[in-house]
Amino acid sequence: MSSELLNSLWVATGETLYMTSVAAVLVLLAGLPLGVLLAIADEGGLWPRPALHRAVGVLVNVGRSVPFIILMVAIVPLTRLLAGTTIGTTAAIVPLVVAAIPFMGRVVEQALREVDSGKIEAAVAMGSTHAQVILRVLIPEARASLIRGLALMIISLLGYSAMAGAVGGGGLGDLAVKYGYMRFRTDVMLGCLVVLLVLVQLVQWLGDRLAARFERTSS
Amino acid sequence: MVELHEVSKLYRQGDRDVAALREVSLRVAPGEVFGVLGQSGAGKSTLIRCVNLLERPTSGTVRVDGKDMLSLDDRQLREARQGIGMIFQHFNLFASRTVEGNVAYPLEVAGWSRTLIRERVAELLALVGLSDRSKAYPSQLSGGQKQRVGIARALAPRPRLLLSDEATSALDPETTRSVLDLLRDINRKLGLTILLITHQMDVVKELCDSVAVLERGQLLEQGKVLDLLSRPGTRLHGLCYAPFAMREWPANPGRRLVELFLVGAHATRPVLTTMARRFDVDANLMEGTLDRVGGAPVGRLLFELTGEPEAVSRALDFLREQGLSPEERAHV
Ligand SMILES: Nc1ncnc2c1ncn2[C@@H]1O[C@H](COP(=O)(O)OP(=O)(O)O)[C@@H](O)[C@H]1O
Ligand SMILES: [Mg+2]
Repeated sequence: MSSELLNSLWVATGETLYMTSVAAVLVLLAGLPLGVLLAIADEGGLWPRPALHRAVGVLVNVGRSVPFIILMVAIVPLTRLLAGTTIGTTAAIVPLVVAAIPFMGRVVEQALREVDSGKIEAAVAMGSTHAQVILRVLIPEARASLIRGLALMIISLLGYSAMAGAVGGGGLGDLAVKYGYMRFRTDVMLGCLVVLLVLVQLVQWLGDRLAARFERTSS
Repeated sequence: MVELHEVSKLYRQGDRDVAALREVSLRVAPGEVFGVLGQSGAGKSTLIRCVNLLERPTSGTVRVDGKDMLSLDDRQLREARQGIGMIFQHFNLFASRTVEGNVAYPLEVAGWSRTLIRERVAELLALVGLSDRSKAYPSQLSGGQKQRVGIARALAPRPRLLLSDEATSALDPETTRSVLDLLRDINRKLGLTILLITHQMDVVKELCDSVAVLERGQLLEQGKVLDLLSRPGTRLHGLCYAPFAMREWPANPGRRLVELFLVGAHATRPVLTTMARRFDVDANLMEGTLDRVGGAPVGRLLFELTGEPEAVSRALDFLREQGLSPEERAHV
């Protein structure tokens, strides 16, 4: 591979990391409260609001059932509004975030539901506010599952970012399509694959390690 | 300290209502250990959860320390709950926090300063004998140690009332005994009122001053443990003692069968020997049990009195003068 191509690979990796990390932070910021809402607003939950819970649940399911490639096109006006453009890495972040929020919401909900209701009850019996139950009991008690969910979300974002990039966003997906597919440069294609593979493995390994450390002390 | 007045709780199951509690009224005096005894499904958990409103009664009133709990707003209810400790069958400790972190939790909720929290936590861990495990996580403790942490956590904000939902039901007999001892100790030392629910008669006999018997959501009886135990015919007596095998003692003219309940000093003083000597009668022990209730010896005996009819009658009068209630049993 020429140094020029190596350089492109380097740049593309940077773009992928940029898209994924910014998207991950935004998804976490939105997905955590969404997951908390899904977990506590259910009937018999900490803060029962069945109608709201049902409405949000439907919305999340709709969001999750739209294929990413269609979602990307469908929200072009929103992307233009938020990013000022519809091409480039920054623009690609918008559909990534929109697609991953419902997914993250469910992952968080799942993790929080695993927390034994007796612990929540104990916290309530000690006079905790809802915020205290959520921030000091529910989330800390679920942290191992939450970390695993976070790793899962980041890995999905890496995959989706390749797709988003291919539709004019840059990053490893874009590079792989431009050189590997259109110009039959198998070496570039392989390079992109290897980098993605390494990134996925790294995230998975970090997530597992952190979760295992929490599980060791707390199960 | 706790007053429930005609508390009912209905649960919707499918298309019909199931009554977990039916017009339960009870009164727990300050400083006493009050036990609610009942089988699984009797409604015990529902009852105790109605006290700190983890469960809201369908009807009736709940007063704790004079406060009408059902009239409190959210903030007032949280404050009231900070003054009511609670311990659980499965401990419900926070796995993500160390022992000291668990004990500190209710103090953080109540807004104590870090220094005060540190002092109070150390004091409580000393009280429950776990000072050397303060940095351990709950997963590293035995069941008995976990319950001690649960007790320390419940006592941290200096509550005046402790609620116990089957706190010893998941523990082995020896650990149960040590946890009961600890609760008794706390009750005496701190003057803490304890309301506990249990399906274990031993817990009632060992720890409780008063008891209520709950069956299918209804309170059958309530009163002092010794009082109910000593009266044949009460539910508590029936649950505690198997009936005497009267069949084995066939009719025998001139002999009278007497059932006697001995408490405290009477159980240790040789009241039967004195009676036998003074009235020239014989007391043959047929059946009986001796055990301890609230730390005091208690005996329940069936014996046969033989002698001159006149002497036997006077002997029975003597027992009554001693404050005992001998009850004659018919031969079968
Ligand atoms: N949340 C609930 N929903 C429906 N039924 C319930 C609920 N909680 C308790 N019950 C019913 O109320 C009755 C009493 O339960 P509970 O108070 O837990 O009994 P105990 O603690 O004495 O075993 C049981 O028949 C139980 O099925
Ligand atoms: Mg129960």
